[in-house]
Amino acid sequence: MMSLLSYFRSQRKNTARVAKERLQILVARERSQRDGPDYLPALQEELLQVIRKYVEVDNEAVQMHLDKDGDCEILELNITLPDQRHS
Amino acid sequence: MARIVVITSGKGGVGKTTTSAALATGLAKAGHRTAVVDFDVGLRNLDLVMGCERRVVYDFVNVINQEATLNQALIKDKRVPGLCILAASQTRDKDALTDDGVARVLKELSEDNDFIVCDSPAGIERGALMAMYHADEAIVVTNPEVSSVRDSDRVLGILSSKSRRAEEGREPIRERLLLTRYAAERVAQGDMLSVEDVQEILGIELLGVVPESKAVLNASNAGIPVILEEDTDAGQAYQDAVARFLGEERPYRFLDVQKKGLFGRLFGS
Repeated sequence: MMSLLSYFRSQRKNTARVAKERLQILVARERSQRDGPDYLPALQEELLQVIRKYVEVDNEAVQMHLDKDGDCEILELNITLPDQRHS
Repeated sequence: MARIVVITSGKGGVGKTTTSAALATGLAKAGHRTAVVDFDVGLRNLDLVMGCERRVVYDFVNVINQEATLNQALIKDKRVPGLCILAASQTRDKDALTDDGVARVLKELSEDNDFIVCDSPAGIERGALMAMYHADEAIVVTNPEVSSVRDSDRVLGILSSKSRRAEEGREPIRERLLLTRYAAERVAQGDMLSVEDVQEILGIELLGVVPESKAVLNASNAGIPVILEEDTDAGQAYQDAVARFLGEERPYRFLDVQKKGLFGRLFGS
């Protein structure tokens, strides 16, 4: 009986819920970029270029996140380096 | 001094022009002198939806370029007193709407009207930005569908940062959501974002919900603002939205599935 129920459930996926989840993630990301200073995308791009002078990384390697804490703005910078180490 | 209301959405085809025509007609019917202005330069359509396309002699750009006076260009609606329409130009010149020109025309319109409804074009190009810039209030028309909701959020960002009110540090534009093409059955089935979903994502006040309705196409076919079709669902939904816009409280009529089957009546609440 349960398997029959879950069969019907999996057949009929709640697409509205999927839409809502996707939108919430997307909108949150776009808002955090929008509220930041205009130079952020350029800064991100230049940082990427500087890093590439030393190591080959992909476009996603530099992640920036701007947070506001009262009057204070915190720019969080996350750089992911490739697995292999050359020493 | 008139209040300037922009009807915007970012995405095309969601019902901005239908809403502009309905809101302007509704406001005028309620006794407020109202002008509705088409900002979609190059793709004039408000005149068609309002049913006055054959009476357009001069347009918005003619007035900006001082080739005609505002009074020559304004088309008085034949059904509702106190309502007039300013048609968009069919020029392909994107820069036809100058900052100074638009400001001057809105100022002049504001002398003789209580409300100026600005029908924004789709997109976030010049015409759309000009329509949003001067607004005191914004109605963000959104369909319960991913791309429309995303574009609406983008437009909300522009309203809060690139408007005259934002530049002058005044009280921000009052932003309200009008959800259109809403299908309650599909929401109940989990196939469509609900009003609550969209409101939660966008985080703005709700002005109205207009159901997906045959009446909208029928009305535009005939050049009648759908709000005048008083016995249709969409017409009534727009009447409710206009009443709420004017500060009245109205219950929402079209959020529940309309016809309940036998099963629903036996086992539903």
